Amino acid sequence: MENVLCLNRSTGDTSVACCMGSLRTRKNTCGVSVQRIMATVQVSEAEKVYVLHGVRDDLRVDGRGCEDYRHMEIETEMVSNTDGSAKVTLGHTDVLVGVKAEIGKPRPMVPDEGYLEFFVDCSANATPEFEGRGGDELGMELSNTLYKVFNNRYSVDLKSLSISPGEHCWVLYVDVLLLQCDGNLFDAISVAIKAALFNTKIPKVHISEDEEGGKEIELSDDPYDCMRLNVENVPCIVTLCKVGHRHVVDATLQEKACSVASLIISVTHKGTVTCVRKVGGGSLDPESIFEMTETGKRVGKALHAPLMELLQEEESLGKKRQKVGFLDTTLIVAVSHCP
Amino acid sequence: MAADMRLPTIRKQVSLSSSLSALDGKDLVVPGDVITSDTGFMRGHGTYMDEEKLTASVAGEVERVNKLICVRPLKTRFNGEVGDVVVGRITEVQQKRWKVETNSRLDSVLLLSSVNLPGGELVSGMDSIYLGIRKCEVQSVFSDGALSLHTRSLKYGKLGQGVLVQLSPSLIKRQKTHFHNLPCGASIILGNNGFVWLYPTPGHQDEEAGGYYTSLEPVSLSDREVISRLRNCLLALGAHKVLLYDTSVLYCYESSLPHQIKDILKPEVMEEIVMMTRQKLVELEG
Repeated sequence: MENVLCLNRSTGDTSVACCMGSLRTRKNTCGVSVQRIMATVQVSEAEKVYVLHGVRDDLRVDGRGCEDYRHMEIETEMVSNTDGSAKVTLGHTDVLVGVKAEIGKPRPMVPDEGYLEFFVDCSANATPEFEGRGGDELGMELSNTLYKVFNNRYSVDLKSLSISPGEHCWVLYVDVLLLQCDGNLFDAISVAIKAALFNTKIPKVHISEDEEGGKEIELSDDPYDCMRLNVENVPCIVTLCKVGHRHVVDATLQEKACSVASLIISVTHKGTVTCVRKVGGGSLDPESIFEMTETGKRVGKALHAPLMELLQEEESLGKKRQKVGFLDTTLIVAVSHCP
Repeated sequence: MAADMRLPTIRKQVSLSSSLSALDGKDLVVPGDVITSDTGFMRGHGTYMDEEKLTASVAGEVERVNKLICVRPLKTRFNGEVGDVVVGRITEVQQKRWKVETNSRLDSVLLLSSVNLPGGELVSGMDSIYLGIRKCEVQSVFSDGALSLHTRSLKYGKLGQGVLVQLSPSLIKRQKTHFHNLPCGASIILGNNGFVWLYPTPGHQDEEAGGYYTSLEPVSLSDREVISRLRNCLLALGAHKVLLYDTSVLYCYESSLPHQIKDILKPEVMEEIVMMTRQKLVELEG
């Protein structure tokens, strides 16, 4: 699929959706309108009691156990004008990630490394609460957590992003777009980032000296002559919500409303923890934190293997892959035209 | 414990060949379709005049009543009529009334004078309010479309432990009763507004309390499994646009028994279950 076309019936014209370059300049992009019935966030006392007892008995409202994820669908290479992209659907949560590689100046403290920049956009498509500046706070929180998660030498091999030390390096701009919000944003975003980084193709550069002694950078013209990133050590985030005395993985909005505190853990494929954050207004005692960390490590470790397998499988399908794109979301068909 | 990851596939609409022929007789239109160029008709809801031609403005069925043409949309917010039973969530508390969210264009209103407490007392605005989910009946419709609800009879009132499933109102079949005690062990209330409430079948003593005594005791595991399975079945039927009434829900429940509860929401299992339900329903009719 060359460009993602989005039909906007109210204006009657077709426009390119999710132009990743323009996301950072905050131009208004026409996203795909999705009409689903949003899970209610308010819960009554009786519902809370029901959910609590369910979690205690390891049978959640939708029949899952406390450590089960919802159905996840992953697709890469959806947006053609990025260097790598991925879309992850986890239950009703929809996340789109695009990675663009640009040449920039390395940071003064580490002249022989490139770096990553994260930006999360909570679009009003996800929920009406994100209209205007409503989604900015959540977007900032998500971006800051991502910076913390990737702030170490092992997640991404930053030295491979260097072109000429002290002068040029690759800067990877990772843009995350929230299309639909149904709980568990961190997990979906981290899986999407890992898939997008796996899919990223950075063009190879040749540095040549011209007459005056200045360096000239040449990008190779061949689209297949590119460098791929090693994403083995990229961590995945696991969010654990404390509901009653037990904790659950991949909480829906309803379960989130019944919990007072959550723990966000980022885990690599070896089980190493790179970042731990506590969110929520309630308190967690140290024993709970220990238990939740252990569960998080176990669950996080188990996420990586199937993900890498799936990404390899998708890559090996090559041109035979059936591209789905945004076709599985329901478009609003009826628009009132009354004068 | 393992996460189920997969590549996405284009989901096909599950339909039997017999149902397609039923659609041929109906007049389906999309926004912009010209219904008729005849100027003798009056235009009703869902239509507008575009250069002397009657055009549809919503996607739905065309209804002709004598000289009136209107288009009834397939997917819409809940438009209540007097006598509908709805399940709503109390969102706001005002001086003499409660605002109830019922998936309609405006919040519905539940006047405190229309609420019955056990013993015949009335509720005043200063009493502690239970924010909860209630089962009510539509008393009247205001001019702007907001609904006025009441819970006058003992059948209606505050709902206790259970699960709320939100679906499209056009999928709920209008029937005589909306409360069903399913033989599988749970009870279901199909509100006309698309909100469906699943709860464990109450024992004998709870019925006399009139629904104001909420039991906070833990529900047994077997009841819980039945309710979770029913919830997933309802979501599967809703995703494939099957009309919901007690028989269809029951057939779907039976078709889903060979699968694990959490597997029901996987796309291929959903398709299989809905196919079997549709076949059983066709056999029932013909």
